[in-house]
Amino acid sequence: MSSKESPETGPRPVSGKEEGGKTIRIYVMGRAYEVPEGLTILKALEYAGFRLTRGVGCRGGFCGACAVMYRMPGEYKLRTALACQTLARDGMHLVFIPYAPMKKPRYDIEKLRPDAGSVIAIFPEVTRCLACNACTKACPQGLQVMDAIQAIIRGDIAAAANLAFDCIGCGLCSIRCPAEIRHVYVFQLVRRLYGKYMLPKAKHVEERIKEIEAGKYDEEMEKLMKLSLEELKRLYMSRDIEKA
Amino acid sequence: MMGLVYEGYPPEMREKIRVVEETREERLGQQIPKLSLEEREKLVRKWHPDYREDTKRPVRIGPNKGQVIYREVADLLESWPAVKPGDVDLDNIDYDVDILIIGGGGAAASAALWAVYSGVSPENILIATKLRFGDANTVKAQGGIQAADRPNDSPVRHYLDTIGGGHFANKPELVRALVMDAPFIIRWLEDLGVMFDKTGEGEMIEYTGGGASRRRLHAAKDYTGLEIMRVIRDEVWNKGVNVLEFSPAVELLTDPDTGAVSGAVLWNMEVKAYYVVRAKVTILATGGFGRLHLAGFPTTNHYGATADGIVMAYRVGANLRDLDSAQFHPTGVAWPEAIRGELITEKCRSLGAQLVNANGERFINELEPRDVVASAIIRECAEGRGIITPTGACGVWLDLPMIDRVRGEGTIRRNLPAMYRQFIRHGIDITREPVLTYPTLHYQNGGIEIDPWTHVLRPDGTPIPGLLAAGEVTGGVHGKNRLMGNSLLDITVFGRRAGITAAKLVKEMSGKPRISLKHVERYMEELKRLGVPENRRAPVLLPDYRGERVLLRKLDLIDLAPI
Repeated sequence: MSSKESPETGPRPVSGKEEGGKTIRIYVMGRAYEVPEGLTILKALEYAGFRLTRGVGCRGGFCGACAVMYRMPGEYKLRTALACQTLARDGMHLVFIPYAPMKKPRYDIEKLRPDAGSVIAIFPEVTRCLACNACTKACPQGLQVMDAIQAIIRGDIAAAANLAFDCIGCGLCSIRCPAEIRHVYVFQLVRRLYGKYMLPKAKHVEERIKEIEAGKYDEEMEKLMKLSLEELKRLYMSRDIEKA
Repeated sequence: MMGLVYEGYPPEMREKIRVVEETREERLGQQIPKLSLEEREKLVRKWHPDYREDTKRPVRIGPNKGQVIYREVADLLESWPAVKPGDVDLDNIDYDVDILIIGGGGAAASAALWAVYSGVSPENILIATKLRFGDANTVKAQGGIQAADRPNDSPVRHYLDTIGGGHFANKPELVRALVMDAPFIIRWLEDLGVMFDKTGEGEMIEYTGGGASRRRLHAAKDYTGLEIMRVIRDEVWNKGVNVLEFSPAVELLTDPDTGAVSGAVLWNMEVKAYYVVRAKVTILATGGFGRLHLAGFPTTNHYGATADGIVMAYRVGANLRDLDSAQFHPTGVAWPEAIRGELITEKCRSLGAQLVNANGERFINELEPRDVVASAIIRECAEGRGIITPTGACGVWLDLPMIDRVRGEGTIRRNLPAMYRQFIRHGIDITREPVLTYPTLHYQNGGIEIDPWTHVLRPDGTPIPGLLAAGEVTGGVHGKNRLMGNSLLDITVFGRRAGITAAKLVKEMSGKPRISLKHVERYMEELKRLGVPENRRAPVLLPDYRGERVLLRKLDLIDLAPI
């Protein structure tokens, strides 16, 4: 057993002890770092001295830039996470996966139809899905990724779009997929097809645009813009408020 | 989800939660009246960081010399350029384009698309961004996008709400453009395939937000900004617009005689090489300043929000406005420590979540404008009615289970999946437990002054030729305080206008512009006179969160790539 597999072995620097606070040891691509307990993986790396360009984005769980894979001591399981959303744990062996190699195919959304044929014509690999569920297990958002792919194959674009709505595009599923599906871009297409062609259009938005184009609000707007500050304040405070 | 499960609140905090649970029934129908303008003013003046003596100072250089702004911003404006003019060879142009768009968020993507729609060939447009295309505050906007499109609403009302929320300091013609374009923007996004929350008949499900007098927030669950960003980004890629990632602009280029902006110097953060871009029109869409951590606050902003745009624009003579105000979002995460400062969307309060102090009392109408609510929370903590966390931070409770109590079981899981996820990852179930909250630095209210067609203006009101700006980098749209749902609208309305204006300017222009860094040389003379230390440089591009221990031992022996 090499030192990389056990947090209990390997040298700890004499100066590595934090004053007061408890520290843990994490392995960044095999190299051990002592960091304070209670930090996210991202903040732990920064504490350890990494100034990242790749592997960090919104820092709030919305952008998918900070995907990591890790194993805990004594486990065979390969776990996935977002570094900005997950606490660093003692003995964690981790690697950043800041990018899943895949080129986005170009298409003209105006010329597509919301059906399986449109999706499969652009992403033929969707039909290679083995239903192994590795994608679902890899998803740090906890989405039913495989179900979404299977829904496409069944022709249920609406189900696929809704199942994949919370996708943040980290690409971990695509890295684990034996069928080499480019889930991130497949789901983007599916959601757009659903949003554009299957969700009913908002008629009240259309009505309002017509009114604005006909100049219905111009006069009132001009008047408002010319009001003195006092009059404007009075009007503002006297406006009625719709119940939430 | 193959992550580990965490344990949630420590026992001492669980104990404090009991008062929230015990008072929930009696708070159920309780009405907290809204404050008068005078009461608002008094509260904000006493507690908001904008009015603290130590947060601001006059800037000592440039077009707005003497103007009082946040210290961290003043320091940046009084900084030496990141690149010395002599270090770049302007005779070798790397990219020669019609339109250069600096930034990679919603404003940049909207500008690119509308320039294409207006007849500019995609290969003559270059988007240059610091991180990845889409790494921007846009994707973190959760609550929604405002547009007055329901029958009981009107753009005039939206105007009034926006300008009142902004303390009447907004630039009226910008607010007019914002509200009048809004329904049009919703239709555009709908046509592109944005999955808005709708009823079965297509009617938008619209929510209210702090300071709004009508329900006009269009949402896509609590991933609204992400959904808008990924759709318009997808379309930018489909159109074939050139995108350079990890290549922030570090300086604008100008015509040496006229001062017209004519491109920029980019810096590839991975291989550390620079590129010279010549452009007929340059659009600044660089976003805001959260990562400067004004007044020491944590922030909701993305990693690259370091105010690069205002630094570069100021050096070419742009007028900056309202940078004496910043938006502190009332409800940042106060616990767990690991995600402190992250956003708890205002939509929680739109849906009925209540703010509760340590005594189990409500202390403000949750749907007041953001600066008012933030001030009230700061007051509760300062006066000892807050809850202290194990790490010594203070906060008040946001009673999220109230949402399901009022609107029915399942509302939280359906409408706030991102929020649910954010807390369950730390073992906190927001359908059953309240969360601890404290204001966090959220939005750059002010910035570069523009006109309604996004031309960047000088202090005398004349436009700087060749330079446009859109989105959070600009000032005037929101006055001294932005309303919820007006930022996604801002970036799409003014991004679109920037794209249209740029296309028009390109068509009017014959021949190629001239490029120089003469304006930087002039600015450097001023810096020298001022005696600014040479190690203070801007744009800073990224915050630095490395631990002190490692920085004390740092030696730069060879130049390493950051992968």
